[in-house]
Amino acid sequence: MLINKRLILAHFWLAFAGFGLALLLGEWQMFIRSPLHAWIGNPELYYRSVTAHGSAMAYVFPTLVAMGFGYAITEAALKRPMIGPRWAWLGFALVAIGTVVAMVPVALGHASVLYTFYPPMIGSPFYYIGVVIVVIGSWIWVALMSVNLYAWKRDNPGQPVPLAMFSNVAGSYLWAWTAVGAAIELIFLILPAALGFTTTIDAGLSRVFFSWTLHAIVYFWLFPTYIAYYTIVPRAIGGRLYSDAMGRLAFILFLIVSMPIGVHHLFMDPEVGSGFKFMHSVFTAFVALPTLLTVFTICASVEIAARLRGGKGALGWITALPWRNPIMLATAFSFIMLGFGGAGGLINMSYQLDSTIHNTQWITGHFHLIFGGAIVIMYFAIAYDLWPHLTGRALASFGLMRLQLATWFVGMMVLTFPWHWVGILGMPRRMAFYDYTDPALAAQAASVIASVIGGAILVISGALFIIVLIRGQLAPRVDAGPYRFSVAVHEPRRVPAALNGFPLWLALMIGLTVVNYGFPIANLAALSNTAVPIVPVGTGR
Amino acid sequence: MSDETAALSPRDKWFRASVAITAGIAIVAAAVGFIWLPPFQAGARFQGVWNAICQAAGLAQPAPTAAEVVTAGYKTTGVVFTPGMFQGAGAESVGRGATLALRCTMCHGARGMSQANSPNLAGQYAAVVYKELRDYKSGARTSAIMQPLVVGLSDQDMRDLAAYYDYLPRPPAYHPASAGPPPEIVVSGATMRNIPPCAACHGGLDNKTGSPWLDGQPAPYIKAQLEAFKNGTRRNDISEQMRNVARNMTPDEIDAAARYYSSQPP
Ligand code: HEC
Ligand code: HEC
Ligand code: HEM
Ligand SMILES: [Cu+2]
Repeated sequence: MLINKRLILAHFWLAFAGFGLALLLGEWQMFIRSPLHAWIGNPELYYRSVTAHGSAMAYVFPTLVAMGFGYAITEAALKRPMIGPRWAWLGFALVAIGTVVAMVPVALGHASVLYTFYPPMIGSPFYYIGVVIVVIGSWIWVALMSVNLYAWKRDNPGQPVPLAMFSNVAGSYLWAWTAVGAAIELIFLILPAALGFTTTIDAGLSRVFFSWTLHAIVYFWLFPTYIAYYTIVPRAIGGRLYSDAMGRLAFILFLIVSMPIGVHHLFMDPEVGSGFKFMHSVFTAFVALPTLLTVFTICASVEIAARLRGGKGALGWITALPWRNPIMLATAFSFIMLGFGGAGGLINMSYQLDSTIHNTQWITGHFHLIFGGAIVIMYFAIAYDLWPHLTGRALASFGLMRLQLATWFVGMMVLTFPWHWVGILGMPRRMAFYDYTDPALAAQAASVIASVIGGAILVISGALFIIVLIRGQLAPRVDAGPYRFSVAVHEPRRVPAALNGFPLWLALMIGLTVVNYGFPIANLAALSNTAVPIVPVGTGR
Repeated sequence: MSDETAALSPRDKWFRASVAITAGIAIVAAAVGFIWLPPFQAGARFQGVWNAICQAAGLAQPAPTAAEVVTAGYKTTGVVFTPGMFQGAGAESVGRGATLALRCTMCHGARGMSQANSPNLAGQYAAVVYKELRDYKSGARTSAIMQPLVVGLSDQDMRDLAAYYDYLPRPPAYHPASAGPPPEIVVSGATMRNIPPCAACHGGLDNKTGSPWLDGQPAPYIKAQLEAFKNGTRRNDISEQMRNVARNMTPDEIDAAARYYSSQPP
């Protein structure tokens, strides 16, 4: 039962519009710093573009997808109208306004500081204010998810919360808490400098606060994808979810262990002690757990679908899967990219191995594969699955959808494999210019050209995606029926209180954050001589 | 809600299990990271449990022996730049500076434009003039000519002189198309030799605080400074910014940069 369809569609359209534009910037970046193009002569233009691309892809796009999908889940899973649609529109408006406020100074070249802010560089205050407004808009969503869950629980005492809603609320809580780090950094450290109240900044402390956000934000990006694995995929391919409890456990584990590990982004930084780095490294190893649980559960669910369709043999069942179904295809591609990306992630999380790939193009290759690949391809699947229910019109271009998903997969592999490789060769990230005429770099030219080709395939795929959605808006009306989520092999009738609510897990999440971040933050905040002069950036100063 | 908070009670088996497992992992990780691993590092600072914990926690501690403190074997600059440190110098300051500058005209020109291959000071950023004067005075930058001239200058005198020269009109960047494209070293640097574009600090692409305005400076002066940075006779640049650049420049690049920046309207 979807009632606030326009609300959800507005979120998705704004998300995908931003995504489409940012995609073009990404390919432009890849192209102009490849051997196919002469040096543009001005690095500022490059950083302007990377700031816009990174901010749109990392902050705006996934936040809007999570919000829109969250509202859809609230109504479809709880089977009743959502509480607070007006507030939801306000949240949407704030995200839209914040995006404009942030992007105008970026476009004008007044805030080419990259989406990680990079203090002591300081750009136009409007960029940071815009980001804060986006975050505030998303916090309205967090509050609404909570309100809707508890209202439903009050009316349905003792009933198990549907897995889709449980995981959706878990994602919103994770976001609420992880965004606090960057919010503190922006409001207490960066904005005072950007607005001219101070001329120095504690760059080390700022980076620690940013790391608080930086790791768990990637799990916030990942939540819609995992929710789709558990609650859409088994139903879409005609199977059943192998285990409902396993899903709850995986999302709970994400809540606990994705927060106290962000210092793995600071392994090469001097301001955090090695003991804390080690602790963060250990907990980072544990985030593999919910992903392994998920891979196991989803593979088992897919096998159930295959056997229901008459699949036989130890591996022969794979051929019985509905491979022409876009959701099946997207899931398979997503898993392959998740596998490669996860293997790369094991290198990044190891305190020592990280030093060989730190700040190289390996990192950009890694997160494009995981985020741009494994995660975003499931955003496409979510949109395809929801579209007929949102528009009330048929989405029938199955051939086009398969082509779109396949080109996204191929493009992402062709983009990111050479990207990892040049990283191992030592190519630094976030550089506007590489002199391929130098013998030391000449060998990397071919790999970079391959990445340009991969990026071009992705642009085509992105265009196909938008075309499919637009055709869906123009197609004849159909009744898509009620929106349903996967049914588990054993549907839960009663679940333990712990698996049906969040107080225990939120307490652990916050407690562990305090244990792992409390001392490093207090230690840096107490030092008096750690501030450095700010470095204003941007044209027109 | 009883259902909600039930799991928060120590009697709940989920509570006990999850808290015990999480705390167990944290304690083992902490023991390894704070007690077992640090002593594998060389140095007395890591020996003993308490030292190991303090080091691993990242506590800022004074270096135990003077020998471990690295200092340059020469005088470094004492100036720290903060953005906007010279904003809003009043007309009064400019006026005092103009009077003080009468002593400088012989070499730096009546209105800051030198006729004698001394550096132009007209329109030079106040932060730069102030810093160079302070460096001459402290001996961080050496010059047989300039050092005796600054001995008597107070800090306020130097600020006033800086404000005055900043106020004078600066020679414009003059690079007509007929002179050909700007040298690679200026606009692109030499990435493989770790040389950023000069224009990224000295204007053109971006201006970084403390980087002097170079356009219109006499070629012999630019060349002499680059060579001084290169062979280490000038070492007042903060964090070796210019020495790292100049050291890796070829003689041809030094000539090209000097020619480019010294270009003046006819
Ligand atoms: C006798 C000639 C002479 C006089 C008089 C003189 N200067 Fe200089 N000045 C020089 C020379 C030559 C240099 C370059 C010295 C070097 O190589 O370090 C210089 C360098 C400077 C610089 C550094 C410029 C730069 O871009 O790095 C400043 C600032 C300066 N002088 C200010 C003054 C001021 C202020 C006075 C008056 C109080 C003054 N000078 C008087 C000859 C003179
Ligand atoms: C990282 C920024 C940076 C880059 C890149 C850079 N410079 Fe500099 N340069 C400085 C700073 C800062 C100073 C002032 C040093 C000091 O504190 O005395 C300086 C000083 C100079 C001076 C002495 C000027 C004077 O009046 O004292 C010359 C000449 C110069 N640079 C030329 C160049 C050339 C040519 C290049 C390119 C090959 C270049 N610089 C690249 C930052 C830079
Ligand atoms: C056509 C496809 C794409 C291409 C060619 C591309 C290319 C690039 C390039 C060249 C950079 C800068 C890397 C550097 O300078 O080190 C970059 C950064 C980034 N990209 Fe993409 N990208 C694409 C798609 C995506 C997608 C789909 C996402 C996520 C949804 C994404 C997220 C990011 C982020 C977060 C950054 C970080 C910016 C930073 O380092 O500050 N990109 N991309
Ligand atoms: Cu991380």
